[in-house]
Amino acid sequence: MADSSTQPLPAELGTPLPLIGKSDTKPTWCPGCGDFGVIAAIEMAVKRLKIPSHNLVIISGIGCSSNLPHFLSSYGFHGIHGRVLPVAEGIRWANHGLTVIGTGGDGDGFGIGAGHFVHAMRRNVDLTYVTMDNQIYGLTTGQASPTSTLGQKTKSTPNGVIENPIDPIALALASGATYVARGFSGDVKHLADLVANGVQHHGFAFVDVFSPCVTYNKINTFDFFRQRVYKLESAGHNPTDLVAAWQRALEWGDKIPIGLFYRTDKPTYEDLEEVLAAGPLALQPAGLHGKDQLLDEFI
Amino acid sequence: MNEITVRVGGQAGDGIASLGESAARGFSRMGLHVFGLNAYQSVIRGGHVWYQARASDARVYSQGDHADILYALDRATVDIHAADLRSGGTVIFDPEKFTLAGTQLPAGITALELPTLAIARKYTSQSILQNASGLGALAYLAGIPLDVLHPVLRDSFGRKADDVVEWNIGASTDGYQYAAQHAQPSSHVLPRGTEPKLLMHGNAALALGAAAAGCKFLAQYPMTPASTIMHWMAAHSQSLGVVVKQAEDELAAIHMAIGASFAGVRSMTATSGGGFCLMVEALGMAGMTETPVVVVNSQRAGPSTGLPTKTEQGDLNLMLGAGQGEFPRAILAPSNPTEAYQAIVDAFRLAEDWQTPILVASDLHLSENHMTVDRAGIDLNVPVPSLFSVPSNGHDYKRYAYTESGVSPRAIPGQPGLQFKAGSDEHDERGHLISDVHSGIPLWVTERQRMMDKRMHKLQGLVKAVPPPVFEGPTDAPLTFVAWGSTVGAVRDAMVVLSEQGRPTNLLRFPTVYPLDADAVRAAFARTHRTLLVEANYSGQFGRLLRAETGVTLTERLLKYDGEPFFPHEIVARARELN
Repeated sequence: MADSSTQPLPAELGTPLPLIGKSDTKPTWCPGCGDFGVIAAIEMAVKRLKIPSHNLVIISGIGCSSNLPHFLSSYGFHGIHGRVLPVAEGIRWANHGLTVIGTGGDGDGFGIGAGHFVHAMRRNVDLTYVTMDNQIYGLTTGQASPTSTLGQKTKSTPNGVIENPIDPIALALASGATYVARGFSGDVKHLADLVANGVQHHGFAFVDVFSPCVTYNKINTFDFFRQRVYKLESAGHNPTDLVAAWQRALEWGDKIPIGLFYRTDKPTYEDLEEVLAAGPLALQPAGLHGKDQLLDEFI
Repeated sequence: MNEITVRVGGQAGDGIASLGESAARGFSRMGLHVFGLNAYQSVIRGGHVWYQARASDARVYSQGDHADILYALDRATVDIHAADLRSGGTVIFDPEKFTLAGTQLPAGITALELPTLAIARKYTSQSILQNASGLGALAYLAGIPLDVLHPVLRDSFGRKADDVVEWNIGASTDGYQYAAQHAQPSSHVLPRGTEPKLLMHGNAALALGAAAAGCKFLAQYPMTPASTIMHWMAAHSQSLGVVVKQAEDELAAIHMAIGASFAGVRSMTATSGGGFCLMVEALGMAGMTETPVVVVNSQRAGPSTGLPTKTEQGDLNLMLGAGQGEFPRAILAPSNPTEAYQAIVDAFRLAEDWQTPILVASDLHLSENHMTVDRAGIDLNVPVPSLFSVPSNGHDYKRYAYTESGVSPRAIPGQPGLQFKAGSDEHDERGHLISDVHSGIPLWVTERQRMMDKRMHKLQGLVKAVPPPVFEGPTDAPLTFVAWGSTVGAVRDAMVVLSEQGRPTNLLRFPTVYPLDADAVRAAFARTHRTLLVEANYSGQFGRLLRAETGVTLTERLLKYDGEPFFPHEIVARARELN
C-alpha cells in the first residue's frame, strides 16, 4: 500500500485533512456513460481509505475517460495519449509517500500505451491502474479499439473488426502484475472494493473496468454485461492460484467473470530501488555540496 | 605552443580505447592539456578503431591534425594512419603479428619492432597483455615516465585480480625498457606541468553537472552517443542518491522525467536524435503543463540510423521545431566538457526558473571524447533551492496564474490545500480545461489567447537569462568565425595556427543557439568584418536560424557532414582562402 502516513510536508496541526471529494468541474461525459460509475467507485474507495486529497495524484492520458482527474479534488496530471503509466511511475519514484492512481481508456492503455502497460507491471510499481474499457474509441467518434469484439462494425471497420481483441486480464497475468481485477461500472460498490483493495495492495494493481460507451458501442452495453457478469468471489475462485486465474481470464461468452483474478505479494520497484530507502526522493537532499572528492576519479 | 600526439589503432575488441585513454591519462597526470579522440565503429568485434591522445603545454580544444607516435596492433592501422605522422615520428608494431613488407613508411618515420606478444607470454597466455608492453614503449617515446604510467594502470586495473595488475605493470616496464634500448624519445616530448588535470568526456561532465544542479532522477534508454550519461549516473546512483531508470523506450524515459519533476524532483533524460524524435510529443506536454525538464540530445550523424558512432550537428532544426504548436524552450550548446558542466547546471536553473523544457545539444564529438578540465573550472557547490516554494494551504491558489513574467507559482503534489490539475489540454489559470465544453465560446476564446500569451511571454525573460554569445580572440580581426557546440573546439585550435601564421582571426560562438537576443546578436556582428560559419551539418542550420531570428546573413560557410569531426587544418585552409 502507498503509505499515506508518509506525508511529504507536515500538515498544519489541528487542521483536519480534507478527504477527496468532487472538484468544481463537472464531468463532461455523455449522460449514462459508464465512467460515472468508475469515478464514483474511485471516490468511494479513496474516502474509505482516508487518503487526504493532497496526498493523492490521479494521472490520465487522452480519451473521454481521461478527463477523470479534473472531476475530483486531488492533484491531477492529465497528460497525453498512452503515457499514463510512465508519468505515474515518475511521480511514484519522486515521492513514494503519495498514493498514485492511473486512469484511462482501452485505446490509451492497450493500444498506443501497450508497451508501458507491460513494463509497469513487470516492475511491480506500487500504483493502481484503472482502465475504463468500453471496447471502442469514443472521443474520436467511434472507431475500433484494441478490445473491440471480432466482427464488430465501427466507423473504421465498416465490414467488421478482423483482429482478435487484446485480453487485458491475460496480458496482466502474463506481464507479472501482482493484483489483477476486473470490475463493472454497473456495480459501483463491488468496483469500489476492487479499487480500494488495489490501492492498499503493495505493488502494481490493475483494475480493468467494463465501462460501457452508451453512444458508440451498441454491442457491449450495460445490459450486455448485466446479463453475463458473475463474481469470482461468489464462485469459489482462489485468487492466489495463478493457474486458476488463467482459466478464469480466458472465460468469455455467456458468463464473464468480474472480481479479483489474482493477487500475490512481491517486492515493489520502490522496495528494490535502494536510493528510495532514504525516504521520498523529493524530500532527500540534492546537489553535490562538499563532495569535492568526487572529482578525484577524473584524475 | 608545443604538443605531442600519440595514436593507437587496431580492431574493435583489441582494447584500443582503454589503451588510448591510459596514454591520455598519463599526459593529464603530467599536468598537460589533453584532447583524447576515440574513433570507433558500430561493431563490437573487428573493424578498425583508433584513439588519439594529443597533449600540449597550452590549451588544446581538438584532436589536432597530426600524430607523432603510432602504435599499430594490426597492419591496417599502419596503412590508414602512417601518413598522418609528423616527420620524426615512430610506428610501434610487433613483427610477430604482421610485417611491413610492401609498405613504404613516409620519409622521416621510423619503425620500432617491439616483441609485445613475447613480452606478454612471460606473464600469461592471455594475449591482451601485449597492449601493456606496447603502452610502455609508447610511453617511453612520448615522454610519459613510468612513475606516472604505473599508477594509471593500477587505477585502471585495480578492480581486477592482483596478478593481472602486476602483469600489466611488468609488461609495461618491459616495453618501456625495450624502447629505451632500441629507439629515441620523440623530439616533441614535453616536460611535466604543475598539477595533474582532470580528464573527462562530455557525457561525464553532463552527468556530474546534473547531479551538482540537484538532479535526483534520470530516465534514459540506451542510445549511442548518450548512453555514457546513464552509465556514469548509474555508477554513482547510490552514493549520490540519484534514481537512474533505464526505461522501456524514449517515450517512457521523458514521461517518467516529467512525472518526477511534477512531483518535486529535478529530473532529466538524455538521448540521441532517434530517441529525441520519440520524445517530441512529450516536450510539448512539458511546455503546456509548465513542468521543468532537462533533455540532452547528443547528436550523431543522421538521418535515420545514420552513422551511429560518428558525429554531426544535424538535429538543430529538429530541436527547434520539436512539438506541435508553440511553447517556450531554450537550446544550450556547450563546446567542451568544462562548458558542458556549466551548461547543464544552467539548464536545470533555467528549467526551474521558467518552468519549461530546456534542451542541451551535445554531439558524439563532445559526449564521448576526453578533454582535460581545470579543477578550478568545476564548482560543485551549485545552489539548489527547495522546490517547495509556495506555502501550503494558500488561499485561492492558481497554478497557472497570470503574472508579469509568465511564470506562475508551482505547487508540488503532497502540499495540502494547493491541489491542481496539470493539463496537456488548454486550460485556465486554475488548470480547468477550456478545450472541450468551453472552446469556441467568446469568453474562453479570449482566455485561450491569454494563456498562450502567458506561456510564450516567458521567452522574453528566457532570452535574457540564457548564456549570451561570446567573442573570443583579438577584436577587429579581419575574419570572424561563427560556431556553436563542439565545432568551436577545432575553430579555437585553427585560430592558434592562423595566429602563428600572422593571420589574426576571432570567434563569435553561441553557447545558446535558441532563443537569440536579436539586438545583441546584430550588435555583435556589427563588430565583425568578414565572417565564416563553421557547422557540422549539410545545410547550415544555425546560419539559417541566425538569419531568421536576426536578419544576419552569413554567406561564407564551411559545412561538414561526413561523420568526422572538424580538423583544425580544414578550417585553416578555408580561412586562408578568405583572408
